[in-house]
Amino acid sequence: MANPLTGYLIVAALVFAIGLAGALTRRNAIMVLIGIELMLNAANLNLIAFWRYGRHPEVLTGMMFAIFSIAVAAAEAAVGLGLVISIYRHAKTTDLEQMNRMKG
Amino acid sequence: MGFVFYLISTFTVGGALAAVLLKNLVHAALALTVAFFGLALLFLRLDAQFAGFAQILVYVGAVAILVVFAILLTRGSELPKEGVFSKTWLVGLAIAAGVFALLAWAVLQAAPWLPQEKAAPTVTVNDIGNALMSRYVLPLEIVAVLLTAALLGAVIVAMHEKERSR
Repeated sequence: MANPLTGYLIVAALVFAIGLAGALTRRNAIMVLIGIELMLNAANLNLIAFWRYGRHPEVLTGMMFAIFSIAVAAAEAAVGLGLVISIYRHAKTTDLEQMNRMKG
Repeated sequence: MGFVFYLISTFTVGGALAAVLLKNLVHAALALTVAFFGLALLFLRLDAQFAGFAQILVYVGAVAILVVFAILLTRGSELPKEGVFSKTWLVGLAIAAGVFALLAWAVLQAAPWLPQEKAAPTVTVNDIGNALMSRYVLPLEIVAVLLTAALLGAVIVAMHEKERSR
């Protein structure tokens, strides 16, 4: 691979696909959240790679996107795991295939 | 593209694969930390020092701890007898493989038009701070509000409910 950007994009695509596979195939709600975190991180890698090899890195657009994305992902993880703990306390399980009711 | 890039990439992808495949959730959380650390190293290799260290602080430091707490509070370390993968795992795997094939095809098709190797941008933390306080000040404030709301929301959602009188 002569082009360095291609390598980073392929790695990001691979991590995204692994995260997607994890989110779609695991039964445990926490593992689904882990898969979502991996997907968000793959997107961040894309943003940083395009910032580094783009035309105007001094404008910092890609870098800012990545930094804000990290902040939003942290908030998402906190709320998601809080919800999982709350559901566990209620239904005594984190298995997604046993969670089939909206009403408690 | 050097040896170091391939080494870090193998480390990252291996960590991600282990995080998704391992049966024990605590082991999966540790593998997830490895993947986050590898991604931080990739950020550092892309001359994004600030984002790399922010990644280590936020993900390796905070999110990984949060995940371990959630696993231990929900007794997730006990293996379920039905197995860890859902009944429709084959469909999920096929979708993920299809998405990866599409993304890789698009990247390889676009490779001749992608920007070539260039000198590292000289961006200091000072520049990032100036940009955050001038051009990106509104998003910064919105993120501050979002983080406060998420903090309060997470505490309220996970707070122990009192038994309601019936």
